Amino acid sequence: MIDTLVEVSGLRVVARKEGVDTPIVKDVGFSIPRGEVLALIGESGSGKTTIALSLLGYARRGCRIREGSIRIGETRVLELDAEGLYDLRGRKVSYIAQSAAAAFNPMKTIMDQVVEGALIHGTSKRAQAEAKAVELFAALALPDPGGIGARYPHQVSGGQLQRLMAAMALITEPDLVVLDEPTTALDVTTQIEVLRAFKKVVRERGATAVYVSHDLAVVAQMADQILVLSDGEMREIGATADILERPAHSYTKSLLAAAAPQPRTGTAEAAETPLLEIHGLVAGYGRTGADGMPAVRVLDNIDLAIGRGRTLGVIGESGSGKTTLARVVAGLVPAARGTVLFDGKPLPTNLTERTREQFRRIQIVFQNADTVLNPAHDIERILARPLAFYHGVRGEEARKRIARLLDLVKLPAAIGSRRPAELSGGQKQRVNLARALAAEPDLILCDEVTSALDTVVGAAVLDLLAELRRELGVSLMFISHDISTVRAVCDQVVVLYSGCKVDSGSRKALAAPPFHPYADLLIASVPELRTGWLEGLPARLAVEAPAPGAGKPPAGLCTFLDRCPVRIAGVCEKVAPPRRALEGGKEILCHHTGAELEALQSS
Amino acid sequence: MTLARSGWRTAASLPIAGRVGLFFVVLWLVIAVIGPAIAPHDVGAVVSPDAFGPLSAAYPLGTDYLGRDMLSRVLHAARFTIGLALVAALAASLTGTSLALIAATAGGWADEVMSRLMDAFISIPSKMLALVMVAAFGSSVPLLILTAALSYTPGAYRIARSLAVNVKTLEYVQAARARGEGLGYVARAEILPNMVNPMLADFGLRFVFVVLLLSGMSFLGLGVQPPDADLGSLVRENIGGLFEGAPAVVTPAIAIATLTVSVNLLIDAISGRATRVAEP
Repeated sequence: MIDTLVEVSGLRVVARKEGVDTPIVKDVGFSIPRGEVLALIGESGSGKTTIALSLLGYARRGCRIREGSIRIGETRVLELDAEGLYDLRGRKVSYIAQSAAAAFNPMKTIMDQVVEGALIHGTSKRAQAEAKAVELFAALALPDPGGIGARYPHQVSGGQLQRLMAAMALITEPDLVVLDEPTTALDVTTQIEVLRAFKKVVRERGATAVYVSHDLAVVAQMADQILVLSDGEMREIGATADILERPAHSYTKSLLAAAAPQPRTGTAEAAETPLLEIHGLVAGYGRTGADGMPAVRVLDNIDLAIGRGRTLGVIGESGSGKTTLARVVAGLVPAARGTVLFDGKPLPTNLTERTREQFRRIQIVFQNADTVLNPAHDIERILARPLAFYHGVRGEEARKRIARLLDLVKLPAAIGSRRPAELSGGQKQRVNLARALAAEPDLILCDEVTSALDTVVGAAVLDLLAELRRELGVSLMFISHDISTVRAVCDQVVVLYSGCKVDSGSRKALAAPPFHPYADLLIASVPELRTGWLEGLPARLAVEAPAPGAGKPPAGLCTFLDRCPVRIAGVCEKVAPPRRALEGGKEILCHHTGAELEALQSS
Repeated sequence: MTLARSGWRTAASLPIAGRVGLFFVVLWLVIAVIGPAIAPHDVGAVVSPDAFGPLSAAYPLGTDYLGRDMLSRVLHAARFTIGLALVAALAASLTGTSLALIAATAGGWADEVMSRLMDAFISIPSKMLALVMVAAFGSSVPLLILTAALSYTPGAYRIARSLAVNVKTLEYVQAARARGEGLGYVARAEILPNMVNPMLADFGLRFVFVVLLLSGMSFLGLGVQPPDADLGSLVRENIGGLFEGAPAVVTPAIAIATLTVSVNLLIDAISGRATRVAEP
């Protein structure tokens, strides 16, 4: 007999606005056997978090659980009164939120916060609880399990904090753990260590869990069952392998298709002189010192080139300096050293020295479409400004051009009279793109343009970019932290780590070793869309990210030194790595030769 | 038409305190405009043999210390108080906002010089400044407006600058700068529209401060000079009736109170989330 721990049936949640109820979860039902993990997957607005929260008997402000029943063990959650819910939450059902950084109180030590749940519910004495916490820290593969509890939240890394939150949730030995996008805010290389720890704990303790995510590949590693949601309705439920290999519903198929992006590169010929060339670029923030260097150096000695009609991918984790690179080219951050050549001529890195023509030819598309459109202007005004500013086009002609631009980015013309707040995220990103296109630029700097979007919407934006590139022949600098997107759209790829260019080469060169050790870590950390990927990872990837404040390696040495799994003792700590040219136009910054790296990484 | 309707809908959606505030604000504005026209008696005419006369059918608000009709006096005085305060508060808010926009967009030393100058200004108590100004130049309507505007410009500047600096760091402003837009356009089209609402709330509060400052000045006899009178002067000239409980001293005080309190109620209701400011 299968012991069913959780049973949900006929769940309906409504959102109330101005007296009208809009259903946001419609007739959802599922059951989870004890010791299994159910994944809720869907795009933003699909109701996955709402369902997860209703398992705690909680509805967000303005929402109400209308009908349905939820049973966890012997408890009927929706029939509980306030006191019953108090006993339930954190004791029988616990919750791990998306942002651990926001969930911890910065003023209290980690141990105080981890044992708090156990003390509130009186499940154990403080000494016992602390012993159990240390045990959990060890199980979650945290460094120094005995001492980490005495630290404050800002003294550990983001990935560690996420695991500490798991310890907080597990300390009362709850029947059910709800994980709400626990790795979405993390870098891929960090995500992997967190996933590993979660998986181990879930398996070892036989915990029952609900895992909420938008990322199928992550879910494939964690879940026994997957429930696919869209618009608050269940599309499909089934065992993980079945959903991944034999999706029945068309929506699941589109999700799967969007998760594995197809190459969208053009076939433009490389011209004789590159459109943009950067040599020995150094840039940063803060006061400039006596040597002309900024206090915080974000980019160090960067060289790169983008050909006409080509796409250059810039990839790296948060803090690697990729956004700063785009800002230097756009003129928002001055370069301390080095030259930027645009179309063969030097480009002033200061805003005030650039001509309007130079501004027109280089357009930047910022990451966050929510904040990049002025909320006080309507869409027509937003698009009309670059037309008037660069081309002097006004009146009827401008209206025609705006209609054409909206058509180009596949938006209805009626959208022109709306304000940004009335558009969806994908629509805003299209307007953002249309504004850049209005200038008829030669180079578009795309800074994480798909990161804030759902997979399916993001894929549509990528398609659009590829199409524009084909039709208009613009060059793109495509900045992303997501290697699969970069692979799909770029001809050339540059890998940044801590402000240094550690690896570069064509898209093909990025498909097989040898890589720079960081690029190797980055590529291997991207979850694959199959079960068992996490278990099959090679041991060289199990490197802990350093805690904040650990300090960078001394200047001049390899910036990846403290995380490098293949460093050469006695060499890497003393000598700066040479820039090596490998076969196929690849360039890496490493002491290892191409052959050595290839041997290490093919295992 | 649509404007009227949307205005009506806004009014209907206000909480009760806000509606009360709106009613009195509109009432006072109407009085300021048509007050003198509907006054039953001439403002300076001695119409009754009784000084400090009680409320009566002939003199609904009683009579003052000379036997003049209080209702007519209040209707005239309201125009002075509201008109002066409106002009001074507008001048203060407009100057403050413009300077703040220049400072925030230009940044660097321009911002530094202007901000320190305003800090110096803010350290002078507004009543002291007003007293010194009147002592030096004598009291007149333009001088009172100038004094009140000078006293409240630094406060408006401070609020506007902090709003502008915050808006300036937002990505749509960065996008405009990366497009190559001049500072003038950035300030006018990108920053200003996004700080108008809190600045309107600030304007309302500043209006109240100016009413209180001018009434205080008039009470001291340094404000609007006879034969003209504002609400503050009415309180002063009738202060002798205080011990008799004469309506002549109470009415103008109530007028000042309803005016200032209702403006505050209205602002609170309209912009619950806007930056609240204490008198600097």
